[in-house]
Amino acid sequence: MKALVWHGKEDIRYDTVSDPEIEHPRDAIVKVTSCAICGSDLHLFHNFIPAMMPGDIMGHEMMGEVVEVGSGVNGHLKKGDRVVVPFTIICGECDQCKRGNFSVCQNSNRKKHLADKVFGHATAGLFGYTHLTGGYPGGQAEYLRVPFADATHIKVPDGIPDEKLLFLGDIFPTGWQAAVQCDIQPTDTVAIWGCGPVGQMAIRSAVLLGAQRVVAIDRVPERLEMAEAGGAITINFDEESVVERLNELTGGEGPEKCIDAVGLEAHVTPSLPDTVYDRAKQMVGMESDRPHVLREMIYVCRPAGVISIPGVYGGLVDKIPMGQLMNKGLTIRTGQTHVNRWTDDLLRRIEEGQIDPSFVITHTVSLEEGPEMYKVFRDKQDSCVKVVLKP
Amino acid sequence: MNYLSNIARSEGDPKVIRSGPSSLGSSDRLAKGLGWFSIGLGLAGLIAPRRITRSLGMEGQEAIVRAFGAREIGTGIVSLSVDKRLGLWSRVAGDALDIATLTAAMGRDNPKRDNVQLALAMVLGVTALDVIGARALGSRHEYGRGERRSYRDRSGFPKGIQAARGMARDFGTPSEPRAMPTLASVSEPAPPRQALT
Ligand SMILES: [Zn+2]
Ligand SMILES: [Zn+2]
Repeated sequence: MKALVWHGKEDIRYDTVSDPEIEHPRDAIVKVTSCAICGSDLHLFHNFIPAMMPGDIMGHEMMGEVVEVGSGVNGHLKKGDRVVVPFTIICGECDQCKRGNFSVCQNSNRKKHLADKVFGHATAGLFGYTHLTGGYPGGQAEYLRVPFADATHIKVPDGIPDEKLLFLGDIFPTGWQAAVQCDIQPTDTVAIWGCGPVGQMAIRSAVLLGAQRVVAIDRVPERLEMAEAGGAITINFDEESVVERLNELTGGEGPEKCIDAVGLEAHVTPSLPDTVYDRAKQMVGMESDRPHVLREMIYVCRPAGVISIPGVYGGLVDKIPMGQLMNKGLTIRTGQTHVNRWTDDLLRRIEEGQIDPSFVITHTVSLEEGPEMYKVFRDKQDSCVKVVLKP
Repeated sequence: MNYLSNIARSEGDPKVIRSGPSSLGSSDRLAKGLGWFSIGLGLAGLIAPRRITRSLGMEGQEAIVRAFGAREIGTGIVSLSVDKRLGLWSRVAGDALDIATLTAAMGRDNPKRDNVQLALAMVLGVTALDVIGARALGSRHEYGRGERRSYRDRSGFPKGIQAARGMARDFGTPSEPRAMPTLASVSEPAPPRQALT
């Protein structure tokens, strides 16, 4: 089959690979009908996430049709079912899964011995990600093997186009969880850094959850435009001071809730000197992440507020103002998304027409054009916000 | 094609049979080549500066060769990074220093003039490659290049933005699992203590 394969930094190739095979009774094979490039794929593209290996298949946002099931999947899933595949692989029966903490499933990471050493305790297996999360082949491919398939799926009805459902596997529940973690009150101002796909979903989620005011921060005009269309007040950090503007909007008190939808690769610009400092340290391997957004959030957040971090971080950060964080009594909530905890509810909201997540798609191309689209998405060319690939 | 890293994969995992087109453009590959070349040259300058000064008739200037070597390694690292465009332009600046230094060593009294001439020709060639690469990267990866589209109509709310505000207030923020208590549940008054008897 064909697949997008990681070969090294900025080197993604459209390769011919062998077909995936059922190797465990709980496996299923899904024929992928749509998949997408996620912002966190760019961290892999840049090789900022450790433990990628040449030959790894990319992709953790995918959906399709079940074409083969193992003998242990009986009852839960059958040939012909239409499914969205969540990016977190879940066993459905460990203590964490039972609590709904799916992204830290205790059984699905097949490289647990390795991850235990690096993280202290292993987290769940993830598709198309590093070998620290199991090194499972991803879904930017024609076919995907889904481990623990009896639990790891979201069944979706026929009659709704792929584009409306695909993002149930990652960015929609990711933006939603980011907003839910803020425990939004009707009087809240929610400030969201980053108007990429996850930021856009977080904006819509905060609006639906009834925030008084949603403020979106970015520098790319068309992304700010999309944020505004979704009901956000926008701040272009190239043109104005984020801290000043947020204080101005909140009577000098700062936003109650802050969401970091940027993560480890904050934009580097001389007007934000700490980003240049981080980039320099990163280049010589003295720091893995550029936490500009974290620093700014901790500084501007209202005391006793909440900082929610859906953005991906990879390793070590430097110069985090712990004194501000502690003395202001801020709460930090973060984590990979517990996708299946939210998807029943979110599927209903899509069906009822409360939201249509396909608004974020700007490019739909064939899988073959995937390698070039990584570049277009990364360089934000052709007003690209979200790429959907058709195998 | 055989990938050593396939040992990290299980039996049913797909393995690469034939590699296809890459996201790397020719300018990306050129930057990669120049980056490694830069590091190689830099190491030579650091490790064997005397061999270089001797062949160029520049004895006594080992410190300069070492400093240039360190510079080559630095610009090489940047050329191999995501900021390769900056790397190649900083290489161009370094090339200018090389050219100036070599030109100064072209004096008639230098018995190794021929070698210096050869080195100069080589540096000029590499400089041309650096400039070509940097410019090609500039256009290939130009930030925000291409069509500028408007997304003013992309609210994502089929029923309109006004109807959407607070539409999901029916959502009960879960108090379980305990890892994620709601602020409301935290602020609930504690149950009255039983009087001590
Ligand atoms: Zn993702
Ligand atoms: Zn589990």
